[in-house]
Amino acid sequence: MVPEAEFRSYYGRPIIKEPVWTWEVPWYFFAGGLAGASASLGLGARLAGNDRLARAAFMVAGAGGAAGVPLLVSDLGRPERFLYMLRVFKVTSPLSVGSWILAALGPAAVGAAVSDRLGIFPRLGRAAEVVAGLLGPALATYTGTLVADTAVPVWHEGGRELPFVFAGSAAASAGAAAVLTTPAGDAGPARRLVVAGALLELGAAQAMERRLGELGQPYHEGPAGRLARLAKGCTAAGAGLVALGGRRRRGLAAAGAALALAGSVCERWAVYKAGFQSARDPRYVVAPQRARMARREAQKIEQ
Amino acid sequence: MRVDLPTPTVREGRHGPPEPPRTFGGGYDGQARPRLGFFTDTSVCIGCKACEVACKEWNLVPQDGPLRLTGDSYDNTGALGASTWRHVAFVEQQRDDQGLRWLMSSDVCKHCSSAACLEVCPTGALFRTEFGTVVVQPDICNGCGYCVPACPFGVIDRREDDGRAFKCTLCYDRLRDGLEPACAKACPTDSIQFGELDELRARAEQRVAGLREAGVAEARLYLEDSDDGIGGAGAFFLLLDEPEAYGLPPDPVSTTRDLPTLWRAAALAAGTLAAAVATAFLGGRR
Repeated sequence: MVPEAEFRSYYGRPIIKEPVWTWEVPWYFFAGGLAGASASLGLGARLAGNDRLARAAFMVAGAGGAAGVPLLVSDLGRPERFLYMLRVFKVTSPLSVGSWILAALGPAAVGAAVSDRLGIFPRLGRAAEVVAGLLGPALATYTGTLVADTAVPVWHEGGRELPFVFAGSAAASAGAAAVLTTPAGDAGPARRLVVAGALLELGAAQAMERRLGELGQPYHEGPAGRLARLAKGCTAAGAGLVALGGRRRRGLAAAGAALALAGSVCERWAVYKAGFQSARDPRYVVAPQRARMARREAQKIEQ
Repeated sequence: MRVDLPTPTVREGRHGPPEPPRTFGGGYDGQARPRLGFFTDTSVCIGCKACEVACKEWNLVPQDGPLRLTGDSYDNTGALGASTWRHVAFVEQQRDDQGLRWLMSSDVCKHCSSAACLEVCPTGALFRTEFGTVVVQPDICNGCGYCVPACPFGVIDRREDDGRAFKCTLCYDRLRDGLEPACAKACPTDSIQFGELDELRARAEQRVAGLREAGVAEARLYLEDSDDGIGGAGAFFLLLDEPEAYGLPPDPVSTTRDLPTLWRAAALAAGTLAAAVATAFLGGRR
C-alpha cells in the first residue's frame, strides 16, 4: 500500500475525477489492437506470398476495424456528433490522432477484406492492404498513450510501458485469431506471433508494475487485480499451448489461441479497471506529488 | 468603426462610491488583453455559498443530482462537477492549542496556463478566450469525456443526461460585457476577487505578508507561481493549511507535459510490433 504516514485528504474524497468511459472503451482497445496487428500480419503474409494467411488476417482486421467505429461512437455523450472528431487534428490529443488513424485504417481494412474476398478492384485492394498494414502498429499502440495522457496516476506513471503492453497484447490476439482461421500448414507465422506477443505483453506488464511500485497497487487488488491475474494466466497458458500444439495438434493450438484471445481481452479490462481504482483514492494522487515536492526540496538544499 | 474601450480598472472596495462600468472588450484586434482571473482569499471566506448560488443562477446550471446530506460539516455540495462550478469546502479541525477551527474555501476551475482538458480535447470544443480563460463550446463538444480524467483537479465533468462536458466559464458572457463574474459579484466578504492576474498576484503577496505579520504563520498562496506544473493558474488561492486538506492536489502537473515522452514510447512500441510481425515470417509458412 501507499504509506499512510502524513497522508491527508478532504473527507477521503477523490481529488481527480474517475473517467466517465463505459464498457465500450476496453472492448474498443481490444478490437483496435486486434485490427491493427492483424492488418500488419496480413501485409506481412501478402509480402511473403502466404495468401491464405493474408486473407484470414485481413478478414479479422476488417471485422475489428468495423467493430471499433461503433464502439467508439456509442461511448460518446453525443454519438450523433462523432464526425466532430475530424474537425481538427491535434497531436496534443491522442484521441484526435487515434480517430484519424481509425478513420484511415477502418475503411482500408474493410476494403482490403472485401476486395480480397470478392476479387473486385484488386489494385485498390492491394493499396488498401498497404495502408492498413502500415497504420496497424499505430492503431494497436496509441491507445496506451491515450490512457497515459490523463491525470490518473496508475495510467500516467505507467505510460512508458503501456504502449508495449498493448502492442504485445495486440500481437498475441492477432496471431491467435489467425491460428483459428487459417489452415495449420499456413499458420506458422501466426503461431510465432502469438508467442512473441505474449512474451512482450507479460514482460512489459512486469516492467510497468516495477516502475509503478506502490502506485501499481490497483493491479493487485479488487477487480483490476483479478483481471490482471487472469490476463497473465490466459496469455501465458495460451502461448504455451499454441507452441505445444504447433502444426500437427490442431485442437491444442486452437485451445491455446482461444486462451490468448481471452488473455488479451482481460489485459485491456485490467488496465481500464485499474485506472478507476487509482482515480478513486486520493492517496494515489497526493503521495507521488508529495514525493516529487520532497525531491525538489532536497535538490534545492544540495545546491 | 473602431470604438476605444476604456482600460480595465480594478475595483477598490465594496463600500466606496459606485463602481464605474468596467469593459474588457475582447476580440482579437491585435491588442493584447490583460489576463483575467480569480484570487480566492480563503481567510475571509464565511462559507455563505452565495458564490455557488450566484453561479447557478447566472449560468442556468441545473441541479447536481438528488438533494442529500453528506454529514461532512456544512458541505452538502460535495465537489466541483458538470453542474457545480463553485464549491465551498468546510474543514473542521480540532487543534489542541487553539480549539476548533473552521476552514472555508470556495473552489473553482483553475483556468490553467497549460490546461490539460483543452489540450486533450479531440474536437477543439475547449478553447482559450481572449481573457486567457478556458471555456467549453457546448455546440462543439461531442461528449467524448477525455477532458474528465485529464484534469489534475477533477474540475470538469460530463453531465450524464446531456452527454456533454461542462465547467466554469469564468462568466465569459459577463466578461465580454465588462461585468465581473457572478460569484465574485455576489461574494459579501471579497474572498473571491476578480481582476487582472498580475494585479491580483501583487495583492495576494501583500495579503499573505500581512497575515503572517499578524501571526497567521500557516497562511500560504496556492497556484500563484507561473512556474509550476500547470504553467500558473488563472485562479489561485490563499490557503490556511496544506492543499490536500481542502481536497486540492499539492503539486499538480498537466499530463500533456510528459506527452513527448509518451508519444516516443508509443512509436517505439509500434516499431517493436512491426518488427515482431516481420520476424514471425522469417521461419517460413509452416
